[in-house]
Amino acid sequence: MTVRETVTISQLPRKPGGSTRLNRVPRAVNALFSLVFILLALAATLPLIFVIIISLSTDESVQMYGYRFLPKEWTFNAYAYLWMLKDFVGRAFLVSLGVTIAGTFLGLLLNSTMGYVLSRRNFVFRKFFTIVIFVPMLFSGGMVASYMINTQLLHLGNTYWALILPLAVSSFYIVILRTFFQTSIPEEVIESARIDGASQFRIFFSIVLPLSLPALATIGLFLSFTYWNSWFPALMYIDSAHAEMYPLQYVLMNIERTIQMLVRNAQFMLPTEVFQSLPTEAVRMAIVVVTVLPIALSYPFFQKYFISGLTIGAIKG
Amino acid sequence: MDSNVSEIPSTLSNPAGSSASSARRFSWLKQVLRLDNIELTVLALPTLIWYVLFTYLPMFGIVIAFVHYRPIRGANFVQSLFRSEFVGLRNFKYLFATPDAAIVFRNTLLYNIVFIVVGIVVPVTLAIMMSELYSQKLAKVCQTAIFLPYFLSWVVVSYFGLAFLSVNKGLINHMLTSLGREPVQWYMSPQYWPYILVLVNTWKNVGYGMVLYLASITNIDATLYEAAVVDGASKWQQIKYITLPMLKPMVIILFILSVGRIFNSDFGLFYIMPRNQGALVNVTQTIDVYVYKALMRMNNLGFASAASLLQSVFGLITILTANTLIKKVDPERGLF
Repeated sequence: MTVRETVTISQLPRKPGGSTRLNRVPRAVNALFSLVFILLALAATLPLIFVIIISLSTDESVQMYGYRFLPKEWTFNAYAYLWMLKDFVGRAFLVSLGVTIAGTFLGLLLNSTMGYVLSRRNFVFRKFFTIVIFVPMLFSGGMVASYMINTQLLHLGNTYWALILPLAVSSFYIVILRTFFQTSIPEEVIESARIDGASQFRIFFSIVLPLSLPALATIGLFLSFTYWNSWFPALMYIDSAHAEMYPLQYVLMNIERTIQMLVRNAQFMLPTEVFQSLPTEAVRMAIVVVTVLPIALSYPFFQKYFISGLTIGAIKG
Repeated sequence: MDSNVSEIPSTLSNPAGSSASSARRFSWLKQVLRLDNIELTVLALPTLIWYVLFTYLPMFGIVIAFVHYRPIRGANFVQSLFRSEFVGLRNFKYLFATPDAAIVFRNTLLYNIVFIVVGIVVPVTLAIMMSELYSQKLAKVCQTAIFLPYFLSWVVVSYFGLAFLSVNKGLINHMLTSLGREPVQWYMSPQYWPYILVLVNTWKNVGYGMVLYLASITNIDATLYEAAVVDGASKWQQIKYITLPMLKPMVIILFILSVGRIFNSDFGLFYIMPRNQGALVNVTQTIDVYVYKALMRMNNLGFASAASLLQSVFGLITILTANTLIKKVDPERGLF
C-alpha cells in the first residue's frame, strides 16, 4: 500500500480550477449555477427546519392541518413534556453521550497506535500488519457470523461494550493516520528522541500525538459522529429487557413502541394525565431535534477537518 | 541514508553493546528482538486483538452456513459449531427455493448500479459547477448546507421522510389535496419507492462526493488552464481535456470501492426509511435487510448465514474483478 497522492488540504477550496478573471463562465451561467446551488442548499436543510417547526406546533394544529411550515399555533409544550420524560429520554441522551465519548477515545487510541506502528519503516512486521488491516477491507464474515461471534463467543449481548467495540477501529482511519504520521512528523524528531533513550511508547504519546492534533481531530470527529449516529449495535445487541441501555438514536427508532411502553407501565412516577395528554406528534419530532441539534450546530465548525480527512483518505492501496 | 539512521537506535537501544556484534550473526533473531520491534508490536497489540476478534473470527465463523447449527446445552459456541450436523450446501438450496432470495439479490444489485452511476455523475457535475461560481462565499455556504445530510443518521432522516410522506399529515399529501388531487398512501405504494430511495440516498450522500471531487479540482495545477486559455480552449474543452482526466484517478478509486460493495446495502436506507412496511418489501428489501430479518425475526440461521456468506464471497469476487479489469485497461490505476 503506497500513497499515490497525498493532498494536503487544510483549507476549503479557494481558487478552484482555472477560474481566473479572464477564464470565467458567462455571467448568465454563473447566475444559473448560483440559483441551482441555492435551491440544493435549501433542499438539504429545509427538512431539518421543517421538523423543528413541527416540534413547536400544537398537536391540535397538526391534527387539523397536518405538518405545515407555518402552523396555526406555536408552543414549547413538546419540550416541556420531554423534560418530564427525562428519566427515559434524558437517560438515553446520557447513554449516547457516554458511548460517544468512550468510543471516541478508545477508537483514537486503537487507530492511532496501529497507524503509528505502520508508519515506522524499519518495523519487522510492518508488511504483515498492513496485510492484517487490508484483508478486512476486501472480505468480511458478514452480519450473521459477526453476530454469532459477538454474542455467543465474546458475550457482548446487553453490554455497553457491544455499543462501543464493533465501531472502534476502521482500516480507513488507520490508513489516514499512517499517511499523516509518515508525511507530517519529521523522521529526525523520532530518531533523536530514540537516541536520547526514549522508548517507543514515550515517543508515541509525548511527541507524535501532540504533533498530530489536526489528524486526531479529524479522526476523532469521524468517530464521535459515527457513535452519536449509531443505532445498529443497539438493534442487534440490546434487547428490550435492557431498555435502560438504549442510546438516543435507538429510542427514537422505536419511539412508537417506547411511548406505548411508557404509557403501559405507568410506574415511571409520572401522573397518568401526562400520558393522556401527551402531544405524541410534537414529542416525536422534539426528540428528533434533540438528537440532531448537537450535530447540526457543531458540524459547520468542524467541516474543514472532515474535508481534510476525506482528502488524505483518497489513497491508493 | 535511511538505513544509516536506523542503525543508530538499534545499537543504542541494546544496552549491552559488546554482545550486539556477536548477535549480528543471527540477524533475523536480532531484528525480532530489537527493542523497537518489541515495543512497536506491543503498541499495535490491542488493535491487532481487535482485528482478530471482530474481523478474523467472523471470517471463520462463516462455516456456520454449511452446518445445521444447534446450540448445545453446556457447550460453548465453538463446541456447538463443531458438533452441529454438516449439511453442505443445503442451506443455500433451501434459500434459493424461496422466492425471496432472487428478489433481494435483484434489489441489491439494481439499486447499487443506479447508486453507482448517480453517485459519480451528479457529484462530479456539481463539483465542476461549483468550481465555476464567481462568489466563493456562496460556494462555501452552499457546500456546508449540501454536506449536512451526510452527517445525519437514517433514523433522523426517516422522520424527515415521515414529515413529507405521512398519509394524513404529510406535506406532500397536503399539497396534493389542496391542488384537488387524491392523497397517496405513500407507505403502501411500492411503485414510488424505487424513486424515493434513489432520491433520498442521493440527497444524503451527494455532499460527500461533491466535496471530495471539489477538493481534487482545487488541486489541479492552475497553469494547465492558463495554457489552455492561451491556446484558445473553450470552457467545455477545458472540462473535457483537463478537469475530467484529472478527476479520473479519484473516480476510479471510488468506483472500485463501490463496485466491491455492490452486494452490500445501506441497512438504514432500506430498513428504516420505508418504516418496515410489509407492502413495500418487494421493492425495498435488500440482502442485508433479509439477513437481519432471517436472523432476528424468523430465527432462521440457515437462511441468514447462507445469504450472508454469498454476499461476502460475491463482494470479494466483484472487487477483485473490478480491480483487475481496471488494471488491464490502465496499468497505472487500480486500488491494489
